[in-house]
Amino acid sequence: MSVFHRFANPNRFLKLTNTVLPWVSGLTAISLLAGLYMAFFTSPADYQQGESVRIMYVHVPAAWMAMFVYSSIAFASICALIWRHPLADLAAKASAPIGAGFTFLALATGALWGKPMWGAWWVWDARLTSVLILFFLYLGHMALMNAFEDQERGNRAAAVLAIVGFINVPIIKFSVDWWNTLHQPASVMRMDGPSIDPSMLWPLLVMGVAFKLFYLVVLLIRIKSELIEAKLRKYRRALVDNA
Amino acid sequence: MTRKSRRIYILAVSFTLLAAATFLVMNALDENLSYFHSPTDLKTKEVTIGRSLRLGGLVEEGTWVKLEGGLTHRFSITDNAESVEVTYKGIMPDLFREGQGVITEGSLNEQGEFIAHEVLAKHDENYMPAEVTEALKASGEWRGEEGQTTQ
Repeated sequence: MSVFHRFANPNRFLKLTNTVLPWVSGLTAISLLAGLYMAFFTSPADYQQGESVRIMYVHVPAAWMAMFVYSSIAFASICALIWRHPLADLAAKASAPIGAGFTFLALATGALWGKPMWGAWWVWDARLTSVLILFFLYLGHMALMNAFEDQERGNRAAAVLAIVGFINVPIIKFSVDWWNTLHQPASVMRMDGPSIDPSMLWPLLVMGVAFKLFYLVVLLIRIKSELIEAKLRKYRRALVDNA
Repeated sequence: MTRKSRRIYILAVSFTLLAAATFLVMNALDENLSYFHSPTDLKTKEVTIGRSLRLGGLVEEGTWVKLEGGLTHRFSITDNAESVEVTYKGIMPDLFREGQGVITEGSLNEQGEFIAHEVLAKHDENYMPAEVTEALKASGEWRGEEGQTTQ
């Protein structure tokens, strides 16, 4: 827990963020450009899907991030509820809109791929429905955080929702194995190795790294601005008190 | 017990209960959470004639016939144990071919035929460059997609 508490101090966290941020931003730009170039130009067309396979390079990393960001929020919520870590609530609050964005991107690109491939924009199978529920969980989390006069109560309620909703994450992951779905089963994270050609797997993995770094950049910026805002509020209150 | 360990305890117990409850609900709903029935389901279970349902499986090799100038399609859906004959009037999705996974929506008639009003192509989890399949075909190692020759 010592590493945890070392960065609990907002000033120390801000200092660290300011040194790390330019580097992570640079890495994000490089990996995103490299990933997009590979996805659009160097990777081949699929034997069945043709050029439409390129939607996968955005769809799959977005769906990974939708689950990863939600898991991060659930983890932060546990830290907030049990150890009362001062930055955990902020991290959860800062993550929710980013995760909602990724989830929306996964749903939208999935619909664009589904129409030409399956013949339907949307079907109510277990995978698609559970991801839609994830999207609503994000929206509920964002709404609940700001639903109370007292910020502390809002944080507490949102944390409970995040932990309860975490039950949906393994359901999303295994929905394609447990039930008959229209959505195909996993191609990358499966027991017997990827069922996707290396020439398509590499661009996908680079995009996956780029999306994860992008999340880190936006998360750090959002936490930073929340901390600065809290500081400003404190100064303003001090000014009013002195006047 | 400190307040911290009490919080851990409460959180762990309530999450376990929640997970158990979710598991029980999903177990009870198992049938209804599946998007489609297999041909074996249709043969072994009581199916009401005329009731709308979804049937999914592979398009059986050598069964796809086009009637009335290509507007009406007849084919069999199989799960390699049972197969059901399907009639569909309309436009097929691009991925439809023999050996391909499909999901159809419609109902059974008195003759045990499935009358579909919608056909969705199911994509599998395999991603392969087009050039690789060309090479496989050239060397005679290619399996699948034979359906194209009957078109």
